[in-house]
Amino acid sequence: MDFVPKIETVGLNFYYSDFLALEDVNIKIPGQNITSIIGPSGCGKSTLLRCCNRMNDLIEHTKVEGGIIIDEQDILRPDTDLISLRRKVGMVFQRPNVFDLSIYNNLKFGLRIHQMLNRKDEVMQAVQQGLEHVGLWGELKDKLGKNARALTLEQQQRLCIARVLILRPDIILLDEPCSALDPISTLKIEDLLRVLKQEYTLVIVTHNMQQAARVSDYTGFMYLGQLIEFGETKQVFTNPKEKLTENYISGHFG
Amino acid sequence: MVRESFSKYIKELEKEVTEMGEMVIVAITRSVEALKTLNVNEAKRIIADDMLINKKRWDIEEKCINLIATQQPVASDLREILAILCIVTDLERMGDYAEGIGKIVVMHGSEPLIKPLVDIPRMAEKAVSMLKKSLDAFLRRDAQAAMAINSEDDEVDLLYEQVYRVLLNYMIEDPRTITRATYLIWVAHNLERFADHITNICERIVFLVTGTMSEVKVSRY
Repeated sequence: MDFVPKIETVGLNFYYSDFLALEDVNIKIPGQNITSIIGPSGCGKSTLLRCCNRMNDLIEHTKVEGGIIIDEQDILRPDTDLISLRRKVGMVFQRPNVFDLSIYNNLKFGLRIHQMLNRKDEVMQAVQQGLEHVGLWGELKDKLGKNARALTLEQQQRLCIARVLILRPDIILLDEPCSALDPISTLKIEDLLRVLKQEYTLVIVTHNMQQAARVSDYTGFMYLGQLIEFGETKQVFTNPKEKLTENYISGHFG
Repeated sequence: MVRESFSKYIKELEKEVTEMGEMVIVAITRSVEALKTLNVNEAKRIIADDMLINKKRWDIEEKCINLIATQQPVASDLREILAILCIVTDLERMGDYAEGIGKIVVMHGSEPLIKPLVDIPRMAEKAVSMLKKSLDAFLRRDAQAAMAINSEDDEVDLLYEQVYRVLLNYMIEDPRTITRATYLIWVAHNLERFADHITNICERIVFLVTGTMSEVKVSRY
């Protein structure tokens, strides 16, 4: 694989107290592509994802070793500015976590936290662009004052993605972004991800192997905290190098 | 539209199948022309160019396999990919028949043809027209048109019989023509087989559109 990695982990170990959740993970994630991380429950895929914007810092009794290089900076260094890191490396969660606020205020929230854009017309423009990006502007432009919780789950998830996009990130981490959605909404979100990859680096953790196969350009398979295999998705799903990967993706275990 | 990217892949595949079909049409046309003019150098080029058709087949197969592995196609999408896998296998074999005619031209060498070619070019023309129609039916998903093409294979079979009878007469009259007449019978046989594969393609088009698998026509040879 010939690319300059956008994200690179070097000898990454991660502990929850004494439990080694990630063991010597070395992964190179390319920019402007979709990379999926698959593996059985508890294999460390979400932990790996959450390391990339240091969300795990919020959990007590955890320890991390090694390095995570994003754009030539090791983000594990103690002097990393976490607010700007999390703006640059946005995250979308399993269940759409919209705030109990209007659609407009959901989008404005992040801008305020990050002290971006204060002028009302600029905020409005950013809101419009964010919603356009996720294909919601047409449906919602006259309902920006409506509570975001009244939206369908798919719309909520799109709104969550817009809320990340509005902060102009480089990287978007998605942790099971479609597991609360029905199959058609899932396919629609996947189509959105394919559009977004032209501008952003997307990393998606999913239980749904078929989704990883459908949507991603690269796939990593994790097992018991280790990265077993990483490669182009079509290679991993047609001719995996490791027997363990083959057994997992063909449903022989997991 | 949902799954736009998947539809895009399918469209690309269809385009590649058409391109491969056109390569086969060019190959068979060139091979019969090389026979007419006894152009051994052209025949050698046709033999070498068959590699390109083979490669096209592997490329398309690989894309089909990737789509099955990554996109979980079902219903008509699945049938289309399966139909394409079968169609490219037939097209590849048809390319081999063109190559085979090229090899016969090389064997024939510069000795004059025992008779001017009449029915062999007709067989080729008929087969090419059938193939063009079948590729068109494939793109339009037209099962009826595909069925209709099948009946045209009878015409190719009749021409084959005619070629065979005429050449047998030549051989009986003058045993010195046996080798060259046999070469021409082989050419006609290649063309007859070539056309039979078009009926396979038509069966796959019917399967793609209707979901039923059946032998639409049993060839006489």
